[in-house]
Amino acid sequence: MTDDVTGTTSIAVRRTRSTNGGAKFGVWAPPILVAIVVIAVWYLISSMLGKKNFLLPPPHEVVAKGFLNPETASDIVTALGRSALVALVGLAIAIVIGVVWAIAMSQAKWIERSLFPYAVILQTIPILALVPLIGFWFGFEFFSRVVVCVMIALFPMVSNTLFGLQSVALSQRELFKLQHASRWTILTKLDLPTALPAIFAGMRISAGLAVVGAIVGDFFFRRGTPGIGALLNNYTSRLQGAELLAAIIAASLFGVAIFAVFGLLGKLAVGRWYDFGQK
Amino acid sequence: MSSATMIARDTRSTSESTTLLDFRDVAMTFPDGTVALSGVDLTVKRGEFVTVVGPSGCGKSTLLRIASGLEKSSHGTVDLATDRIGYVFQDATLLPWRSVQANVELLAELHGTPKAARAAKAKEAIDLVGLTGFEKHLPKALSGGMKMRTSLARSLTLDPEIFLFDEPFGALDEITRERLNDELLRLFAEKQFAGLFITHSVSEAVYLSTKVIVMSGRPGKIVGSFDVPFDLPRDPEIRFTPEFAALVGEVSHALREAHS
Repeated sequence: MTDDVTGTTSIAVRRTRSTNGGAKFGVWAPPILVAIVVIAVWYLISSMLGKKNFLLPPPHEVVAKGFLNPETASDIVTALGRSALVALVGLAIAIVIGVVWAIAMSQAKWIERSLFPYAVILQTIPILALVPLIGFWFGFEFFSRVVVCVMIALFPMVSNTLFGLQSVALSQRELFKLQHASRWTILTKLDLPTALPAIFAGMRISAGLAVVGAIVGDFFFRRGTPGIGALLNNYTSRLQGAELLAAIIAASLFGVAIFAVFGLLGKLAVGRWYDFGQK
Repeated sequence: MSSATMIARDTRSTSESTTLLDFRDVAMTFPDGTVALSGVDLTVKRGEFVTVVGPSGCGKSTLLRIASGLEKSSHGTVDLATDRIGYVFQDATLLPWRSVQANVELLAELHGTPKAARAAKAKEAIDLVGLTGFEKHLPKALSGGMKMRTSLARSLTLDPEIFLFDEPFGALDEITRERLNDELLRLFAEKQFAGLFITHSVSEAVYLSTKVIVMSGRPGKIVGSFDVPFDLPRDPEIRFTPEFAALVGEVSHALREAHS
């Protein structure tokens, strides 16, 4: 008994150690190699463009004009901050609506049948087509930008949470039913904890989409304090290739960062018992 | 066996003959028309450990689901004389985010037992199944056998008067299974609950039980009942005696006949 136990744990420990220690190089080397290749190709194309290289300025120029020029850098950071606020508010609302929506659907088959088609429609309608209507109804400022974020980020929250809630094993549900546990008890002590990994996976996807939503909102709603999308628009119209690329890279890095933060949050919340972010 | 055994068994049946579970003419037809059980009469008394063997899909599990109230029979009456029921599922059904201790505390927690009381209860149950020292482990760090022990401990916290087992050791390897059978017999002797155990292993059935019931394939019907005369507590070595082998043979024979 005790022998077979210690046997199992020591194998598990050994496996974790080998992935943590030896595999680090294997994990980081390939993407870094790809980045080097991409930058090399970038230089190549940029030099081939000759006079027209404002279309694709070489990397060092992007860094110099975009990130090292204090004025441009501060413009980018300010715009990114505003977009981040829009994205995070939109994401928070999408998370709340999405989780509540999915919980409602998980409570009864008829609710799921009534509401799920609309979740799918939300995903399939071209949201860009709705954007003018959103501005028409809610104005061309902060609130409309947030609405766009919510609409874009909502579906993954709904579908992931629902999937998580429905992945509870029948026998576990019966275990609770045998003790005459209430719906609320089953929801809070069984369904939601089971769904947590899926909910965090949904948050990670939605976070990336919320950033997209914030930038898209900027293109349409120019009043108030627009963010990075408006800045991209300005650089484009002024043919400022280096600044444009710098702003795009900054926006992309922000998207990656927010994805990573939610990955980390997920790991902190459920990593103890679930292999979060391994796949 | 010896006359001493006979006397021991007699006292047990006179002083503790309360019927805890009583199936009378129970039938089960599912909405899709499948007849899972038909004409089942079965009683389980305190101090009895009844095992049902039968081919897969013969409705053995349905029998337990009806006994526990998870399902209602479509015909006949089922009397359960207690509300302290232990139910052990085919898989351990542990909550992966809870430690062994928290998993074992779950049922008491659902019944609103105060924290200190349920912690003490869980500690006792964990000791009983031999998991002392593993309280803080998460299920993923446990072997299949230890998960099943945790599951057993969880049910033990209810002080069940009747224990329902739905092929609990079916997924375990032979050695772990035999060990858990020994422990289960020890618990049975110590706690004096009534047991209704489902399995498709004839030797497990004979080893564990005071009575073995053979069921036929669909629709599930009781086609044979065998009293197991061996002394309790049982020596694990009993498995290698000719008497044991003979009884296993008899039950297997009945099972094969029912299946054909």
